[in-house]
Amino acid sequence: MSARFIGGKVLGSLATLLFVVCFNFFLFRVVETDPVANLYRGHNLTQTQRAKLTEEFGLDKSTGAQFTSYLKQTATLNLGRSYTTNQPVWDEIKDKAGPTIALVGVSAVLSAVFGIMLGVVAAWRRRTKADYSITGFTMATYSMPEFWLGMILLTVFAVALGWFPVGGIEDPSSTATGLAKLPDQAQHMFLPALTLTLAYLGEYAIVMRSSLLETMREDYLVLARAKGLRDVLVRNRHAVPNALLPVVALMAINFGLVLSGAIAIEAIFSWPGLGLATYEALKGPDLPMLQGMFLVFSAAVIFFNLIADLLYGYLDPRVRPS
Amino acid sequence: MSAVAAPSARRIAWIRRQRALSRAWGQFRHHTPGMIGLGILVAAVAMALAAPLLADEAGLRAINATDNPTFANPSEFGPLGTDSLGRDVMTQFVWGARTSLLVGLAATFLAMLIGSVVGIVAGFYGGKLGGFLMRITEWFLVIPFLPLAIVLAAILGPSVKNIILVIGITSWPSTARLIRAQVLTLRERDYVDRSRALGGSNWHLMTRHILPNVSPLIVANTTLTVPVVILSEALLSFLGLGDPTNPSWGKMLDDAFETGAVTAEAWWVFVPPGLGILLVALAFTLCGTALEEILDPRLRDKNE
Repeated sequence: MSARFIGGKVLGSLATLLFVVCFNFFLFRVVETDPVANLYRGHNLTQTQRAKLTEEFGLDKSTGAQFTSYLKQTATLNLGRSYTTNQPVWDEIKDKAGPTIALVGVSAVLSAVFGIMLGVVAAWRRRTKADYSITGFTMATYSMPEFWLGMILLTVFAVALGWFPVGGIEDPSSTATGLAKLPDQAQHMFLPALTLTLAYLGEYAIVMRSSLLETMREDYLVLARAKGLRDVLVRNRHAVPNALLPVVALMAINFGLVLSGAIAIEAIFSWPGLGLATYEALKGPDLPMLQGMFLVFSAAVIFFNLIADLLYGYLDPRVRPS
Repeated sequence: MSAVAAPSARRIAWIRRQRALSRAWGQFRHHTPGMIGLGILVAAVAMALAAPLLADEAGLRAINATDNPTFANPSEFGPLGTDSLGRDVMTQFVWGARTSLLVGLAATFLAMLIGSVVGIVAGFYGGKLGGFLMRITEWFLVIPFLPLAIVLAAILGPSVKNIILVIGITSWPSTARLIRAQVLTLRERDYVDRSRALGGSNWHLMTRHILPNVSPLIVANTTLTVPVVILSEALLSFLGLGDPTNPSWGKMLDDAFETGAVTAEAWWVFVPPGLGILLVALAFTLCGTALEEILDPRLRDKNE
């Protein structure tokens, strides 16, 4: 892979990110009428205090000057303060990134693994009962709102049966520290991770199935069979690795999707991550938090799209410009 | 018009299109998953249209439900029980179908309109204009859909019109790209050259020769976009961005969650709307896949 190919893709992503950053500024200008009043809700400000704060925030300057200072502050990760907690938005994001990365990471990997497995079985036994039931199941999970699935799983397995906690990341009364917390946290993560896994494995299964069906028509598979290789070997050594190509790119792209999907799922399971924070910021609305979340989510999706492009270019030489 | 006179060109085209349509329907009729999807859709649309006959709209307002028990299960009240305010779930379900389908179809229509116009113009003219349009398309493709939709909906405020606008203007880029690719091959065809040589204007070429030939693609793509749009509407509504006066199925799910239907184990409040979304989205996917197999020239060429 040439440095030029990589450089081009990286530059393209940076340009997109810059575009999102600028877009963010003007988008929120449309609604933000009086930041001083919003930030000091419930405080009785005198006229002089107001004027002082307006000057301090630079709101008396021109839009152009505000824009340049916005760019400078965004570059130094100064994203303003939350209206609800009055903490710097970046600190809030840092605190909440951990649980989200854990939940989304686990779900993204599990949905890919199980989705690929289902897709392989469906394609390898096409037009059998196994194929029809897998295709039906994946079409159904693909067509349902993932948060609805979460509500059902929560009702059945946490509220009615009591097998899992109804929400949160750990038992608040637990005294365990460090690694001893893990079993409890895993139990809390089970249902939200299951929901996201079920919601996103469908697409993998569908893509893997059609990719493998395409691969199965290739001459080298006929050759492998003609050599007398066992069915399992033909499948695992010859067919699947080649059919995985489009799925690998999908994995990187989907990581961003699962991240967005986590907004509603975290809200349902009170998982204290970025998704729940976004949900709460929307109810406010806590505009500085929303603005920060928009940037973080967009940056994450753009980053994983870049990874997908690079991965695809590395794996499939046909994509690279010669 | 005498019997010997040759039929006009317009009439020939009309007959040809009618034949193509009945051929497509003949194929569709034998496509089992497609017909199942169509059946579900007909039922859902019939329910949405007949909503005023099936349930009184007044039942949507909590003020008219003060006499009803709250969280009554289906065996205690009506066919589907009541919600946290005592409102009949069946009434909400029937009226919710209207809003969900309306948003799904209208937002898809908007996305398809923008996508088709941008795709056809970019593909047909090429050059600087085409390049410029494709750059805009790529910008929209890479900006993550959900964060953008959430922020736009939060800024515009919750209403049916705004949800349609937000989903419509964030969902068109992939269609534009698909249509453009098809137009790029179409504009090199002989019949387009011939029509141009006969003095056809660009407008004539685009509307009479390019558009009819990309329309099967647009139809199949439209059917496959509706389920995505319906799911997006549900998610945006669940996040509190749905219209409170015209509750959709997504808004019902939001209400159910906010009012503690989950902890009350009141499954009858949130299972029906979710099932409605699932069935309608699935039905559109089934129809779309069937239409794609029948109408997509690339898939068709492979078979012939």
